[in-house]
Amino acid sequence: MSAVAVPKHTEVPALEMPRDNFLNDGYSLKSWLLTLDHKRIGILYMISVSIFFLMGAAFAMLVRLELMTPGGDLLTSETYNKMFTMHGVIMVFFVLIPAIPAILGNFLIPLMIGARDVAFPRLNLASWYVFMLGGTLALTAGIFGGVDTGWTFYTPYSSVYSNSNVILAGLGAFTAGFSSILTGLNFIVTIHTMRAPGMTWFRLPLFIWAHYATSLIQVLATPVIAITLLLMVLERGLGLGIFNPNLGGDPVLFQHMFWFYSHPAVYIMILPGMGVISEMVAFVARKRVFGYSFVAFSSLGIAIIGFFVWGHHMYVSSQSVYAGMVFSLITFLVAIPSAIKTFNWTATLYKGSITYESPLYFVIGFLGLFVIGGVTGLFLAAVGLDVHMHDTYFVVAHFHYIMVGGEIMAFLGGLHFWWPKITGRLYPEAFGKISALLVFFGFNLTFFPQFLVGYLGMPRRYHTYPPEFQIFNVMSTAGATILGVGYLLPFIYMLWSLKYGAVAGPNPWRAKGLEWTIQSPPKTGNFDHTPIVHEEPYEYATLEVNRV
Amino acid sequence: MIGKFAFWPDQASSVALEVDLLYIFIIVVTVATSLAVYGAIAIFTIKYKRRSEDEIPEQIEGNLPLEIAWSIIPLGIVLVMFAWGIKLFYDLSRAPDEAMNFNVVGKQWMWKVQHPTGKREINELHVPLGQPIKLTITSEDVLHSFFIPAFRTKMDAVPGRYTISWFEPTKPGEYHIFCAEYCGTEHSHMIGRVVVMDPAHYEQWLKTGSANAVVSNETPEVAGARLFQEQRCNTCHMTNGLMAPMLAGVFGSQVTLQGGEIITADENYLRESIVNPQAKIVNGYQPNMPTFQGQVSEDALLQLLAYIKSLSKSEAGAPGAAAAASSVVGTSEAQAATTDNQPAPPEHAAPSTGDPPAVVPESQPRPTEQPAPAAGDQH
Repeated sequence: MSAVAVPKHTEVPALEMPRDNFLNDGYSLKSWLLTLDHKRIGILYMISVSIFFLMGAAFAMLVRLELMTPGGDLLTSETYNKMFTMHGVIMVFFVLIPAIPAILGNFLIPLMIGARDVAFPRLNLASWYVFMLGGTLALTAGIFGGVDTGWTFYTPYSSVYSNSNVILAGLGAFTAGFSSILTGLNFIVTIHTMRAPGMTWFRLPLFIWAHYATSLIQVLATPVIAITLLLMVLERGLGLGIFNPNLGGDPVLFQHMFWFYSHPAVYIMILPGMGVISEMVAFVARKRVFGYSFVAFSSLGIAIIGFFVWGHHMYVSSQSVYAGMVFSLITFLVAIPSAIKTFNWTATLYKGSITYESPLYFVIGFLGLFVIGGVTGLFLAAVGLDVHMHDTYFVVAHFHYIMVGGEIMAFLGGLHFWWPKITGRLYPEAFGKISALLVFFGFNLTFFPQFLVGYLGMPRRYHTYPPEFQIFNVMSTAGATILGVGYLLPFIYMLWSLKYGAVAGPNPWRAKGLEWTIQSPPKTGNFDHTPIVHEEPYEYATLEVNRV
Repeated sequence: MIGKFAFWPDQASSVALEVDLLYIFIIVVTVATSLAVYGAIAIFTIKYKRRSEDEIPEQIEGNLPLEIAWSIIPLGIVLVMFAWGIKLFYDLSRAPDEAMNFNVVGKQWMWKVQHPTGKREINELHVPLGQPIKLTITSEDVLHSFFIPAFRTKMDAVPGRYTISWFEPTKPGEYHIFCAEYCGTEHSHMIGRVVVMDPAHYEQWLKTGSANAVVSNETPEVAGARLFQEQRCNTCHMTNGLMAPMLAGVFGSQVTLQGGEIITADENYLRESIVNPQAKIVNGYQPNMPTFQGQVSEDALLQLLAYIKSLSKSEAGAPGAAAAASSVVGTSEAQAATTDNQPAPPEHAAPSTGDPPAVVPESQPRPTEQPAPAAGDQH
């Protein structure tokens, strides 16, 4: 941490918390559990996703501890398999998919477009309840015996051979999917119909574009995973022959259907993160995002092309050789919009006025990890090379770089950036920076060695492994420990800041955007008067006029 | 080599170097690109550090030529990766004609291998150096994946169908076999080793066997012929083509199904016709064959297939009889070598395989799709 400019919020004396805001608009449990306020629903998601995240992380730590030694000395194989399955199920369906859209998206989309709420507030609350029902089902499966299929639920293992609680876990993911569909639907309608006057499509913050693209995927792809999981459950429960070859089914069909959702689901995870980073890059450089329309349309490009790449998970599954080649080509094409975004973010910094406040640390951390996650995808897209790398730790490292290094870093960054808006309080700046650095170094130490051990041939989901792979696994486990501290730290100082943090004021960062024009925390209903938008997004040239 | 620490996997097959070259190419390109991006971020962040709280930088909208350049150039580069990747994949998917066929069956949690001579082993695969080896892979239960990192080959074992993988070992030694597709509790114990030996040692090994190898008396073709009798396949398929299609020449041929669809009779079709005979009915026949699902093991199915294939091979020159006979002779030699004191089994095998050829010639005049129209005439 080099010399840091004194944050200007300390110069502003004696700010007071606004008298009426959404946080003190009722303290009863009922006022939270039956709230229709998009901001409170965002907080409900924040609490529940945080709890799921802590559980998922605990499972990951057990997996990493077990893998410190080649033998299986901590857990039995059965328990180990349940641990990585629960880690995957919880992290994918109950953390990564809802994290940014359901927490930050719910909170910010109406604020950013100048609306009083989302289009369907009751549906919004319902989607949280559906989410919690799904989570409860999955946790029940975990408590009463666990699941051991991996989060991918591949048939016929899941539908016939596994002796674990597959049906409950499958129904949990099935149910959570509806929450995702409802949220996506709500956002699409909100963005179409509730923009403030003057908020044209090309004045939308890129966060909104990213969420629009994400919502399209949620609405179009999630029903397919619902069908797939339901068919798997029917085969397991009733013996309908769909995927089991002994009943005339086709096990590879399951993979096609599963990845038709689950590959686009990766974009459900990373696109909102890209939206967060677009906002934050503009803020740290105090500048328009370079090539706004290219960044906006690359979100849609990723969403659309992302629907046609699922077969790259199946190069050696017995799918046709020529299908593999076509999926390889489309996979390479989907890399281009991500590259365009990265180049534009970098160019935004050019001739900017870069602040060294904590958001910069998260932005650079994100770019550092996302670039590695992105380029390692090229190795796996190359079909002849993927034959060797498929189902090894190279793949594990790659998708963690995207989904955790990329998305969770963006989420943490966004949480820090908008924390003053959400709570009206400032967190201690220095801790924000320390946390970003710990996460960055811990993450790299955890996952970079996995690229090496993956190319050496260590397969995924191995409880025990040959001794020559140990050194890489020890590094991973050491890194995971640092990573864990980096993630735990914000829990502590952010909770601390709720009571002891300095009062933030409406725009502590001096950032642009409608959400920064209103009090922090905003009041129920957000705006006193519907705002009228006169300027382009990220119009930092007019910053002085808007001074706090 | 097994148990030795390394940063780079052994290159022990003919494709390993090619795969590694593509890997290195992508590493060079991506490291260069990433460093350029990181460098730009670092330089901009340092050079344009905010100097005063009220500093407002010049606002830059974007730059169209730049956008086009950084879309098109990366596209060109990834298309090179794509072309290289599919070329490799094509090579990996096409076993050379002279490859020896090994059968591999995965089950929870072991790999069962059968050599062309009939020798079997579990969780071990002995192969001769420099000889292309084709693996015909299937599974008895869930998905598995046969992965040999030192050869850079991997292929899923899928219940209900056959998959193909091949390699040509180029370096003697012992290498890991891993199951790469999660298959349940003991997934990480579904491992083994492949032993690459020079051909003379391989021959020697075939004769003497090893602790792990089960000595078998029959080649897959002979065992298949025996099963063909035991399962009473011959009662319909080897009489006159009235009840069921004759099988000589069927492998690799074009078959017309009910409804007019024409398909190629490959391994997967033949397998399906045994375990799920109602799925595809040959034009002109009644769907009267019972299913053999669960009655014939995966190993036995592979042997039946080997036998049916051998009926086609013989076709070109000699009638089936000669082929079957020659295959019996071949086995006898192998057996003579493997089991000195067991003359009996070949004697058993010979008569049983003797039967079908005796019948086959009846259908010989037109071995292709003759039975179908003939049966049609009957109606």
